[in-house]
Amino acid sequence: MFTLWLRRTLILFFIPILLIACRVDGGSQTSSDSDEAPSLYLENKGSDTMVNLALYWAEEYQQEYTDVRISVTGGGSGTGITSLISNTVDIANASRSIKEEEREQALANGIDPVEHVVARDAIAVIVNPQNPIRELTLQQVSDIYSGKTNNWQELGGDDRPIVRLSRETNSGTHVYFLESVIRLGDKENKTLFSQDTLLLPSSEGIIAEVRDNPNAIGYDGLGYITPEVKVIGIAKDEFSDYVMPSVDTVNLNLYPVARDLYMYTNGVPQGLVEEYLAWIFSPAGQKIVKDLGFVPVE
Amino acid sequence: MSANKLKTSEKLITRGIQISGYSTILFVLMILYFLIAQGLPALTEVPLKDLFSTRWYPIEEYYGILPLILGSLVVTVGASLVAVPLGVLTAIYIAEIAPHWAKEILKPLVELLAGLPSVVLGFLGILILSPFLRDALHLPTGLTALTGSLLLGMIAVPTIVSISEDALNNVPETYRTGSLALGVTRWQTIWGVTIPAARSGILTAIMLGIGRTIGETMTVMMVTGNAPVMPGSLRVIFMPIRTMTATIASEMGEVASGSSHYHVLFFIAVVLFLFTMIVNIVASKISSRHMKRSERILS
Repeated sequence: MFTLWLRRTLILFFIPILLIACRVDGGSQTSSDSDEAPSLYLENKGSDTMVNLALYWAEEYQQEYTDVRISVTGGGSGTGITSLISNTVDIANASRSIKEEEREQALANGIDPVEHVVARDAIAVIVNPQNPIRELTLQQVSDIYSGKTNNWQELGGDDRPIVRLSRETNSGTHVYFLESVIRLGDKENKTLFSQDTLLLPSSEGIIAEVRDNPNAIGYDGLGYITPEVKVIGIAKDEFSDYVMPSVDTVNLNLYPVARDLYMYTNGVPQGLVEEYLAWIFSPAGQKIVKDLGFVPVE
Repeated sequence: MSANKLKTSEKLITRGIQISGYSTILFVLMILYFLIAQGLPALTEVPLKDLFSTRWYPIEEYYGILPLILGSLVVTVGASLVAVPLGVLTAIYIAEIAPHWAKEILKPLVELLAGLPSVVLGFLGILILSPFLRDALHLPTGLTALTGSLLLGMIAVPTIVSISEDALNNVPETYRTGSLALGVTRWQTIWGVTIPAARSGILTAIMLGIGRTIGETMTVMMVTGNAPVMPGSLRVIFMPIRTMTATIASEMGEVASGSSHYHVLFFIAVVLFLFTMIVNIVASKISSRHMKRSERILS
């Protein structure tokens, strides 16, 4: 009787503990699962565009400096910067620069966000390989996404409805695309994404839908583009040449839809953060940038 | 072991159970308080006219939640249309018609469906269902309310099946044998005697199934396209929509705490909470409904 009671109590005790352990385990995606306590620890979070890049950096760096553990998570640029403001990460990744209100919030919280341009990225506009369209001007892309153009026929393509795909609003790519493409960089312009734009939660979701759907148009960082989708040549205006996105065209400032990728730290980086950033800017770090389809910074 | 010791241990257990019982109430109240405390400021920060407008684009301060509420309703109604007939009929088959061996196979399979993580369903939706629907129905895109409804229906079916089946099994065997003895066919017995006798249990099952679909997040976020369009006509079922749950899930991570957007997201959560609460109240009203005199006599 008593042993039975004991066993039941033990079970009652252990189930919640197990549950808690499971939750903690499944909660975050870390790049290292080592049991031994690392002597140096870095928390890195933010842009989904940069999450692969940040992971490769972290893995390579940890191989070189075995006493360092770097945890990398995605979630979007906004998520990363919010985490920096609440002081839960050492480095925030962002594919857009910090907004004024975010900077004010950070300062109010005693955080001084310092910006580092760690790589550059071209945003490729993509369509299904069945789509005969090969080139578009920025104005045409803007008209598509703002809802003025609704059929591929109007652009010389097939008679098909246009299905617009975008990342969610917490994505830095979304904000960059809104400001630089849909509004053509004009701050007074208040054009918005057409209301029926599909907001997909991941880059992979966009690639998958464009690959399968001949009506679709999407945009994504060059590093995410797979050969199964067709990249469109973009011209700044109707008098300019159509340019395909690549490392060279971005470096020569020919491709019009390119942006900087940022890391934000609290104050001027010191200690491990400083060493890590210095390594990222070294040829070894920038080689990874190039390998992943992003554009290195000099 | 002394009787005294048993008494203390028993007391401890009783207390433990009591505390667990009360803690549930406490948790619900705390969640409710938190939701309201974080959600109500939205009413003062955003004018009501804007809050119940038709455009949702929070990064430019368009906080119209109507398309989100209607989006959730469309998907839920769609899912019910799929899940209710399928679920109730499956339950009737398992409880009344199926031979023993089929029961043994079907019941665990339905339970397996209940255990399927919604993200897996969403994944199947993206890879298989949405391309199929696009080609079969010639839609511009397969990421639509219909896709979401079909998958959510699959999520609600196990709930409906297992609770309805319990209700049907609880119908006393004498009802069936009595009915059959009167010369009534098996089908007429099921339709005219067993189902009416299990009605309140089946209705509870349906309500709980619907409650499950309103709150479902991952699947709808993956397959409905998340475009906050105002449903204008019946064609909306073939178009992308955005639900309340998907909006909260995809935007909460990014939002600066204390901002209007943050409060509006909590306000959406309050609305969602009200929806599920209404569904649950209706469900419990049905199941605890006073029996009619005739039913009392019969049982």
